[in-house]
Amino acid sequence: MKWLTALLILLFAGAGVGWLLTSPERVSPDQLAGITPDLKLGEQVFYAGGCASCHAAPGAEGDDKLILAGGHSFPSQFGTFIAPNISSDKNAGIGGWSDEDLANAMLHGTSPEGQHYYPAFPYTSYAQMNVEDIVSLNAFLKTLPAVATPAPAHEVGFPFNIRRALGGWKLLFARSGWVVTGDLTPEQERGRYLVEGPGHCGECHTPRNGLGGLDLGKWLTGGPNPSGKGKIPALTPDQLDWSQGDIAEYLKSGFTPEYDSAGGEMVDVIANTSKLSDADRAAIAAYLKLPQLAAGDASD
Amino acid sequence: MFSVRKTALAAALIGATAGAAFADGHANPAVKARQQVMSLYAFHLGTLGAMAQGKMDYDAEMATKAASNLAALTSLDQSMMWPAGTDSGSMEGTRAKAEIWSNFPDVGAKGKALADASMAMKEAAGGGLESLQAAMGPLGGACGACHKAYREPES
Ligand code: HEC
Ligand code: HEC
Ligand code: HEC
Repeated sequence: MKWLTALLILLFAGAGVGWLLTSPERVSPDQLAGITPDLKLGEQVFYAGGCASCHAAPGAEGDDKLILAGGHSFPSQFGTFIAPNISSDKNAGIGGWSDEDLANAMLHGTSPEGQHYYPAFPYTSYAQMNVEDIVSLNAFLKTLPAVATPAPAHEVGFPFNIRRALGGWKLLFARSGWVVTGDLTPEQERGRYLVEGPGHCGECHTPRNGLGGLDLGKWLTGGPNPSGKGKIPALTPDQLDWSQGDIAEYLKSGFTPEYDSAGGEMVDVIANTSKLSDADRAAIAAYLKLPQLAAGDASD
Repeated sequence: MFSVRKTALAAALIGATAGAAFADGHANPAVKARQQVMSLYAFHLGTLGAMAQGKMDYDAEMATKAASNLAALTSLDQSMMWPAGTDSGSMEGTRAKAEIWSNFPDVGAKGKALADASMAMKEAAGGGLESLQAAMGPLGGACGACHKAYREPES
């Protein structure tokens, strides 16, 4: 129950002095000025970000993964979150959203009404993304089918249903800058962008602390499987001894070097990474081979 | 004092019964058999995959041999290898999710999908590298679809 006490303290902070600090952040309109959307890029960002894994109907396969009606549920210690409808419907979905709205949601976890989103929406990772990518993604999302039925509401009780309280959580866990720093080649930098940003690999492959935030000191070192038995494997080079080519192949076909095939939630991730370019898969693999990642000394 | 000793005793007893009830899947012949069948899938898939990925030169005869074995393996009647009570919640040493036993028809359909994809590979494997590569996607997809729903990650 340590996390509960800590959260209640945060709530108080939210109610008092912290009120200003916990008020939702937004992008400034000049950040978005003059960006022309590119649909092809938007499609790649959609797959790099894995939006369909959560926002398509549970169990959807093939083209049904482009129907972003929501409905996936995410049980957590705070209650059950349900992924909303983000289809192009103007009422039930986000068809009416401006680029600024989507940028606020993905970079700051802030809704068009100025409320905080729950971190079940992995915006702490998406916060590392370029605004260019988000503008193109918004244009691409508008080309996908509209679904007029809203997704069910979250099943989250007091005090976690007070979105304002999340400001404190955000202050604690919002990441500023990259987890892995140091001299990187352009390929490794691209990999870092994909893994730490849109790919949100750390959301599953990094253990969490008592408050539900990622333990960045143990970046990508694996952890318990929140949805069942077994462990989410570590991806650091001291633990995962696959070659760069092996990792890239796994992200393309799902085959391990022993020709076992991936299982569990990773299958959905691979459905997305298989749609990326060979160069992007190689970049992800290059990042995962970085020696800084070993033994969790990524964040010094 | 008394209560401490009682708790210790209770803990020891629970430990003993849990140890007895929590059988080791590695020692269970049915669990061992199905894991070995899976390893044989992976072994034959390995030859086909290495050719598809250019890690091994394409050899029509060898590819056909591997694909024929895989097709034979995937057509085995596995019903005796999945007895009730051999899920990961009931014993150590298995990654088989309990959902297998509550969704038997779906598991069967996924097994059938694998057998179909293997038959297609058997037809395709000897017909040139491109034909083999084209059959690889659906085959891997059939393995993955079942592992997604019914296999725990390794612990
Ligand atoms: C791990 C699951 C997950 C992934 C991946 C994910 N989302 Fe979400 N998303 C959620 C959840 C859960 C919410 C609800 C958050 C809340 O209500 O506070 C949400 C909310 C949203 C919202 C707010 C919708 C509204 O009506 O206010 C938008 C927009 C959104 N997601 C877009 C995206 C996009 C674009 C991607 C891909 C780049 C994406 N999401 C990937 C789980 C996810
Ligand atoms: C119908 C479902 C199903 C299909 C199809 C399937 N698997 Fe499996 N596989 C499982 C389950 C369940 C386990 C876990 C078994 C256990 O631990 O008792 C498993 C385990 C494995 C293992 C680990 C074996 C071990 O030694 O523990 C390998 C390797 C494997 N599968 C490879 C494959 C390959 C390759 C394919 C496709 C050619 C495939 N599987 C198709 C369900 C399936
Ligand atoms: C939704 C949770 C989730 C996300 C997000 C996720 N993974 Fe995974 N990953 C898993 C699980 C679960 C496994 C274990 C798969 C299995 O049981 O076969 C896994 C396995 C892997 C493996 C194989 C490791 C091994 O030892 O077998 C690699 C490599 C990997 N993931 C890379 C990535 C990369 C790169 C990303 C980001 C693009 C990513 N993962 C995002 C859940 C996730």
